[in-house]
Amino acid sequence: MTEQVLFYVFSFAALLSAGGVVLNVRNTVYAALCLVVSMLSLAVLFIMLSAEFIGVIQVMVYAGAIVVLFLFVIMLLNLKSEDMGAESQPLLKLVGTLLILVVSVKLVALLSGTRKSWPELDSEFGTVKAVGGVLYTDYLLAFEIAGVLLLAGLVAAVVIGKQRID
Amino acid sequence: MEVGAYVPVALFLFAMVMLVFAPLMTWVERKQSALMQDRIGANRADIFGIRAIGLLHPVADVIKMITKEDTFPTGGNRLLHTLAPIIATIPAVISFAVIPYGGSYEAWGARWDLVVADLDYGVLYIFAVGSLATYGSVLAGWASNNNWGMLGGVRVAAQMISYEVAMGVSVVGVFMIYGTLRLTDMGFAQQETFRLLGFIEHLGWAGPGSWWVDLIKIPMWGIILQPLAFWIFLTALMAENKRAPFDVPEGESEIIAGYFIEYSGMKFGLFYMGEWIEIVVISGLMTAMFLGGWSIPYLPDHVLVDALAYALGPDMANVLAMVVHVVVFFLKVIFMIFFQQLVRWSVPRFRYDQVMNLGWKILLPLSIANIVVTGFVILVVQGMMS
Repeated sequence: MTEQVLFYVFSFAALLSAGGVVLNVRNTVYAALCLVVSMLSLAVLFIMLSAEFIGVIQVMVYAGAIVVLFLFVIMLLNLKSEDMGAESQPLLKLVGTLLILVVSVKLVALLSGTRKSWPELDSEFGTVKAVGGVLYTDYLLAFEIAGVLLLAGLVAAVVIGKQRID
Repeated sequence: MEVGAYVPVALFLFAMVMLVFAPLMTWVERKQSALMQDRIGANRADIFGIRAIGLLHPVADVIKMITKEDTFPTGGNRLLHTLAPIIATIPAVISFAVIPYGGSYEAWGARWDLVVADLDYGVLYIFAVGSLATYGSVLAGWASNNNWGMLGGVRVAAQMISYEVAMGVSVVGVFMIYGTLRLTDMGFAQQETFRLLGFIEHLGWAGPGSWWVDLIKIPMWGIILQPLAFWIFLTALMAENKRAPFDVPEGESEIIAGYFIEYSGMKFGLFYMGEWIEIVVISGLMTAMFLGGWSIPYLPDHVLVDALAYALGPDMANVLAMVVHVVVFFLKVIFMIFFQQLVRWSVPRFRYDQVMNLGWKILLPLSIANIVVTGFVILVVQGMMS
């Protein structure tokens, strides 16, 4: 019972704040804060699904670091809503709405076909040890490729940053 | 997620930390700075002439802050201006939940766990919650419609992001040694000892009957096994705490008070409360991870309980051991608080570029080197053991 209530509360929080990100284009600080609320709600959903490690990493990396960087940039630029340019094109809005509709219909069709009951999880599931074990055995290749990708991104950021200074 | 079988004691201790330690920090701050600067220090507040070595100053502070006018800057954002101090304080309060005050005790058929939330990812929880505190300061700077506030907010964001990296990487060595992120497990692991001269036996330099090899035993405390991690972690945590010598976001001489320049009354007080609670959290975390937690060196929990049980019986022995451990834990915490204040009143403020250089160019490479060296040593020791 409490689990269901919590699920609905945080799912709605996630959805509403995700909508808030899009609706607050003119007020970027509010948009960033909506993004934080969305990330935190997702983290709660992860933890409720016993994926505790992923939930905590979600808070630490997305809410605690990435969106702080967004805020940092927004504050440095200090944009006023006048600076944001003219109204966005109606065509883009139409395409966006259509895309949302298509994805929602597809999602509903996909999820309604899944089974209702799930096997019991073992007590180790979602712990740091279990996630680490899976990452370093079954998904080692994907994990290492992701590492190389991140390193490439890091090097690229340094190169671009250096050009600015020179 | 497991919660201890019997948590009221832990909850009581949690409340005590928040209601006793944190407010007393104002007194500690004034009194210790006075001692270090050869002044007599806080002793003006009195009730009917009773001054109680300045202990009444926290009371005077609270009365002043609650009754002071709550000012609001023109052109500011009222919603975020009000929310910011709350967002800055709550993470500090809730992060103490995973720090253990003692081990696990059994008395009168119940199990007493002295931790509010014994989480599998305990240390990560503190990192995650702590990283949210940044929003409080950043939003305070932004919502104040003040250029100094804004500068302070930008500086907070940059500093917190920079030191979170070194903070997270520096303790990986500790995780590797104890094989856990759970703070209670770390506490139990630190009660073990290792033989300093054990390698002589493993290399075959001493025969099986050499009793002297067992003579020197050293507790497996984090500060002994991971001294570099201890200093890097403490530095990074103090930078996250934004107090001198890392107080560039507040920098009175350049940006007046930084992000909380437009705050008064209890909202202003909340920022300070947050910082003081953070000091206690840092001390608790350092104690749990590096200073052996609640344990007395060379005296593991079960040995202490067994020794007391001879005289008192098993139930009273458990309760007495619990009291002893809580006292030991808080003594260590008080020492760490004292040490942080010592640094705060000894070292002048870093320049902004110095703060960034220290974080990215010194602490981060050192902590990565620490992981490599730790991994190598663990391999060698495991090779010897097998």
